[in-house]
Amino acid sequence: MSAPAEYILHLADNAVVLGQRNAEWCGHGPILEEDIAMGNVSLDYIGQARLLYQLAATRLGGDATEDKLAYFRDETQFRNYTLLELPHNGPLVGYAVSDRDYATTVVRNFLYGALMVLVWDALEKSPDADLAAIAAKSLKEARYHLHHAADWLVRFGDGTEESHRRAQAAVDHLFPYTEEFWTPSVAEDAAVAAGAGVDVRSLRAAWDAIVNETLSEATLVRPQVRGYVPEGKHGRHSEHLGYLLGEMQGLARAHPGATW
Amino acid sequence: MYTQSFSVPDNAGQKNVAAVPSTENPELMAAFDARIDADGRIEPQDWMPEAYRKTLVRQISQHAHSEIVGMLPEGNWISRAPSLKRKAILIAKVQDEGGHGLYLYSAAETLGTSRDQMLEGLHSGKAKYSSIFNYPTLNWADVGVIGWLVDGAAIMNQIPLCRCSYGPYSRAMVRVCKEESFHQRQGYEALLVMMQGTEAQRAMVQDAVNRLWWKCLAMFGPPDADSPNSAQGMRWGIKRISNDELRQKFVDATVPQAKVLGVTLPDPDLKWNEERQHYDYGQIDWQEFWNTVEGNGPCNKERLATRVKAHNDGQWVRDAALAYTRKQQQRAQKEAA
Repeated sequence: MSAPAEYILHLADNAVVLGQRNAEWCGHGPILEEDIAMGNVSLDYIGQARLLYQLAATRLGGDATEDKLAYFRDETQFRNYTLLELPHNGPLVGYAVSDRDYATTVVRNFLYGALMVLVWDALEKSPDADLAAIAAKSLKEARYHLHHAADWLVRFGDGTEESHRRAQAAVDHLFPYTEEFWTPSVAEDAAVAAGAGVDVRSLRAAWDAIVNETLSEATLVRPQVRGYVPEGKHGRHSEHLGYLLGEMQGLARAHPGATW
Repeated sequence: MYTQSFSVPDNAGQKNVAAVPSTENPELMAAFDARIDADGRIEPQDWMPEAYRKTLVRQISQHAHSEIVGMLPEGNWISRAPSLKRKAILIAKVQDEGGHGLYLYSAAETLGTSRDQMLEGLHSGKAKYSSIFNYPTLNWADVGVIGWLVDGAAIMNQIPLCRCSYGPYSRAMVRVCKEESFHQRQGYEALLVMMQGTEAQRAMVQDAVNRLWWKCLAMFGPPDADSPNSAQGMRWGIKRISNDELRQKFVDATVPQAKVLGVTLPDPDLKWNEERQHYDYGQIDWQEFWNTVEGNGPCNKERLATRVKAHNDGQWVRDAALAYTRKQQQRAQKEAA
């Protein structure tokens, strides 16, 4: 019982895209200790992405490699959640310019971290031994990511007037993107059918509990969500992923066939 | 990463600085001198002359600032690293530089200067940092060349500092040196792979070497004859080997490495001198070096303004953490009452 490559790519794309985003803080963090911590979080995600792409490459066979999958697939082939590709600021179009906002970074890491502790915990028990091994390693990291983000979210929510305002704005901005977590993609369904994946819908109650508890401690309000459900994991993204991939893939694509 | 010679005075050009006359207690001074002469360590709680304390704060904070500013030229390539392996290595490396900054600020704090005071010195432009970071990183090979040459030069400078007379600084340097050696080997390995690659990759490496070679030689600081603080630093065991000696050691070690790599070092005067048993090298452009030290290099303004912006933009985050901690303390007090 092994998970299909498309499902592993979804997990890998999530990790690489959020790793790429979080690394943008390197050298610009709000305090040196946080600069180092966010670098660590980013490094964990890039490490997860590498293991997952390597596994996907093995399953795809042919000339697939870790770097071909990360650098030579186009936007519509990426299967990450839309949440993870958004820039570190409020709702703005793809080519708008804005200062990075640490509250947006923290809220996103929190919402996604709360999901991934549940996903990796389930996948650690997967009969797909390769995936289970990656899940076991990633679970330890995800617990730290969630802990780190939740600590800051509480400090922001229950800190100053400004930090509360920024945290609430980030929660309001990002919460609707989490709806995407709960609508399975073809790849997720296939992984479940193969007996190797996890049905995301089964994780919702536990996710709600983590999120509600922390928001309450942070004196923040969970917004009502309705309307559009993002579809990044189906390959239909926001305007932001193209810029992210353009920057990430540009050098590698300028030298196809080169070894680094 | 590292600052050029610690004998570059903050807030001053290459002009000589008058020696500080000693008005210290002669008995304490004698005990201090005896400890230094016996190659012993001075610890934070020990008495030390004010000039020693001031010199160390300047030296360690310059070093810490260099680590932090040095995150920027390399950080410039994280988002564009051409493979995931190289991206991970680069993030880890830049993170190590941040960690070095952290130990060094902590070491300087043991001398009674707060991190806030040191950052104020950096942000106001009063405190110096290594000029090497005021040059742009223009192609991916710059990342490898920074590891090989800049960290290589740093190691030459830093190994003697592991025996520095001030305990907290020497202990911090032991750890810093281990990580820098690792960075240097990683940088060199990345360049070896590129040199075995395509013509375009080899051209990137040569271009980066051409731009950075002379800046690395200048990293060791002005020639001994023009280095006003060196003599005192040597006497105090803060500086162990002179600028020119270190520079020569670096050149001698690097030439064979460049041969293995297959790059040309951009100096027509570079040749083995049988009599001296050292490589001779050409004239360093000190005018250009001092221009950059004084704030007028290609990237000084960008580097400094970026540090200031990160600090200012992060103010609300630090305020929130403090406000939250205060609230928690108040709640705990209320509960206890």
